[in-house]
Amino acid sequence: MSEVMINTGNYIAAKAAVMCKPDVVAAYPITPQTTLVEGIANYVASGEYKGEYICVESEHSAMAACIGASSTGVRTFTGTSSHGLLLMHEMLHWAALARLPIVMCNINRVIGPGWNIWSDENDAISQRDTGWLQFFCSSNQEIFDTIIQSFKLAEHEKVQLPVMISYNAFILSHTSMPVYVPDQKEINSFLPERKPKWKLDTDNPITFGNIILPPAYEKIRKDMHNSQLNAKKLIPQISKEWKEKIGRYHGDLLELYRCDDAEYILLSMGAIGAESKVSIDNLRKEGIKIGLARVRCFRPFPQEEILKLSKKADLIVIDRNISMGMEGAVFTEVKGSLYGKSDAKVYGFIAGLGGKDVTFGDIEKMCKKVVDGKAKRLEWFGLEGV
Amino acid sequence: MKKYKAVTTISYPTKGAMGKTGNWRVFRPILDKDKCVKCLRCWIYCPEGTIIRNKDDTVDIDLEYCKGCGVCSNVCKVKAITMKREADIK
Repeated sequence: MSEVMINTGNYIAAKAAVMCKPDVVAAYPITPQTTLVEGIANYVASGEYKGEYICVESEHSAMAACIGASSTGVRTFTGTSSHGLLLMHEMLHWAALARLPIVMCNINRVIGPGWNIWSDENDAISQRDTGWLQFFCSSNQEIFDTIIQSFKLAEHEKVQLPVMISYNAFILSHTSMPVYVPDQKEINSFLPERKPKWKLDTDNPITFGNIILPPAYEKIRKDMHNSQLNAKKLIPQISKEWKEKIGRYHGDLLELYRCDDAEYILLSMGAIGAESKVSIDNLRKEGIKIGLARVRCFRPFPQEEILKLSKKADLIVIDRNISMGMEGAVFTEVKGSLYGKSDAKVYGFIAGLGGKDVTFGDIEKMCKKVVDGKAKRLEWFGLEGV
Repeated sequence: MKKYKAVTTISYPTKGAMGKTGNWRVFRPILDKDKCVKCLRCWIYCPEGTIIRNKDDTVDIDLEYCKGCGVCSNVCKVKAITMKREADIK
């Protein structure tokens, strides 16, 4: 029986993960991810989760355990946040280069020092080049749906790469929302069993990670890149299938909102993306033709879709992250996607670092500054004295 | 053996899976067969499996894969194996 569950992002993620029946979950608690692994532990206690739950002593070990388990051909899941994700960094490369379809939730949290547990995307952004596919969610329903879709995507024979699903600390992780939970049978019919391309098996002995010479290594990198590009085509297909079977849809690589006749299009990720819809409605009431393209998938990056949008509109990018010495990460990628092919102006804002609240009013102010022609190329929004 | 079609660094157990590792050698083990008492300690201790055990328990050394670590020379009780610098061997 399908049901509506009212709970926080983390408990919803735990429910989704358990419904995908991973054979192994290995995780270490860290604020604000703690209730996610606590939720899964609850399902172990109640008997709803029948897989292996490994309590490890660090996030590096959590990812190492997932790599070991996934290498034997089984389905694995984990979750982390901020410093935990950073401690995993080496293992993230390992998981991707080994082509292991591990699915992991990362709850976006600030990086210290300056101890702070609030929302900020720099943790995930700093793992950009590990080879993981990266989603950013904007509601608890989207977290639930994306976890299930991600297993299908990661395990697809044309992808075979791990997936990271990011969502904002507290704004989503600890906020209750109603979520439609489909029947287990519906999920089983959507998500087939994993068919690994290779596995460690004592009856058919192989090893992984042996010495490799430069020409062969380059081929592996190229294949990973091609698989990311394959994912770009598969994400819309999988979203469509989910929509047809389950009836929920949150966009593909981008979620478009009121973009059809827009002269300005706002791009943002995560919870700011959801908040932006309110701003778009308000600005539309004032007669400004503006739309929203929420970046749901950061890797692979939707270059072609953004280029298409830029043919009719100027772009405004809000980044809750900063690549110091350059600019916001999405801002860079958006401009790179347009290079030589579009005359659209692109404006970048840095906002909400350190978990500072970004309200719909703030988003409206940023957009209006661009519309009024007063915005510089890159702005820090809401800093004292700016 | 089942072969997988994966573009990643998996490898199958086979002779020379890591390449001709004998190229790495700086010191070469020289075996004096007259001194050898067939105790097979070198055969047991060689970490690379490059001591070849013959049917009569005499041994030979596979120099194509021997990395020259010197463990065999060290464990030999009768000093039948000595290590000699490759550069000094004519």
